[in-house]
Amino acid sequence: MSGKNINITLKVWRQKNQREAGAFKEYVAKNVSTDASFLEMLDAVNEELISKGDDPIAFDHDCREGICGSCGFMINGNAHGPLKSTTVCQLHMRNFNDGDFLTLEPWRAQAFPLIKDLTVDRSALDRIIRSGGYISVNTGNAPDGNAIMIPKTAADEAFNAATCIGCGACVASCKNASAALFTSAKISHLGLLPQGAVEGEKRALNMVGQMDKEGFGACTSTGSCSASCPKDISLVNIARMNRDYMKASFSKKPETHAGDGA
Amino acid sequence: MVSFIQSTVGKKYLMGLSGLVWAGFVFGHMAGNMTILISPDLYNAYGHAIVSNKILLYGTEIALVSALVAHVILAILLTKQNRESRGTRYAAKPNGEKAASFASEWMAIHGSIVLVFIISHLVTFKYGPVYETTVNGVVMRDLARLIYEVFSNPGAVGWYLVSLVLLGFHLTHGVRSIFQSFGLLHPAYQPAIKKAGVVYSIVVAGGFISQPLFVFLTRAVAA
Repeated sequence: MSGKNINITLKVWRQKNQREAGAFKEYVAKNVSTDASFLEMLDAVNEELISKGDDPIAFDHDCREGICGSCGFMINGNAHGPLKSTTVCQLHMRNFNDGDFLTLEPWRAQAFPLIKDLTVDRSALDRIIRSGGYISVNTGNAPDGNAIMIPKTAADEAFNAATCIGCGACVASCKNASAALFTSAKISHLGLLPQGAVEGEKRALNMVGQMDKEGFGACTSTGSCSASCPKDISLVNIARMNRDYMKASFSKKPETHAGDGA
Repeated sequence: MVSFIQSTVGKKYLMGLSGLVWAGFVFGHMAGNMTILISPDLYNAYGHAIVSNKILLYGTEIALVSALVAHVILAILLTKQNRESRGTRYAAKPNGEKAASFASEWMAIHGSIVLVFIISHLVTFKYGPVYETTVNGVVMRDLARLIYEVFSNPGAVGWYLVSLVLLGFHLTHGVRSIFQSFGLLHPAYQPAIKKAGVVYSIVVAGGFISQPLFVFLTRAVAA
């Protein structure tokens, strides 16, 4: 490997909890290997803080493979840092230069209350998923591979939408803190497949309703969300959500019982 | 229906629909006014033909005013909601693709200036001084004379240039976003829609700008 070491100055948002006011604090990350990931660099800074008896910088992380959606914060105003299609855990220090000055801020949105430092509460996204409800599948033995016919293009698009890891970068990077990209990816990945199509309209209505209830803003089609998305979720999903929601709103019928019309 | 209008998706849909009315109107308005570049008489005759057709005139006016009122009310509601949703702003600004475009970032600002412009434009011309002229034996309003008077003032020309450039920016984001809000975005057409939005805005803003500039530069000939 290249084996170079660099020094970085960090300006990090420190905040004990929601009740206490936060402020930026500067730290110098010395002798950072360019092969280290951004989170490994923060680990080293934290080791030093702990050895000095200071409180380490809190940040979310889990798999460190870019697939779980736990990590994420703003680096110089960009969600997940300067690279596209990357989470901060997969961002390496070779993308930075010696002497760089980096501002680290937590995801900011009214619907993401701050927990501590760079960690925020993203359970609003979980509640949107929950509002989507179930899909109709038969229980019992696993069905045969191709028992349900799915066009290749539909499968591709559904899978592309399903790659959303729910990290919240779309909300964080949106000037309106809109969750349109996230919600639309969830609506698309179930609605495009025959198993999820049955509840498609209800799902679109409920998920958009929950998204609004959580206090996320409206989509202004700036495209910041898609550009910041580690999984490159496309704006086309938002268009599909708008279409599905509109269709569902106008065709919504009340549930009836046999004999109601008699 | 009510929940559709109250939802963010529904509000953006109506925002696009009301914007579409104006996006279509400005093109027609710009194209028709091009007659001023040909001759004041032709321009006056064109204006007279429009105001003589009361159904067309009032129909258009009702559509435009209701679309404008809806657009402005929705803009205020959405901007307020979006500011609340964002909450704390970031200390550092994003850059490159991860940043919002100039046009989309400042939509509310240039939208407000365009609104002031529309009102002042109506006060200046529609409700301005009425001169009379006779074209081919028909007595009609001499709007061309008023235009030559107004645009002999470099200040007025400057105000129109600035407002029309901002209208152009407003349109670039608006025309493109209509497709998104209506749910018509498709990967195959996306780049074409983006380009078409820019071309449309340049044609409308450029066409409009040519009119006060032409009048200002040639006023000596007409005077």
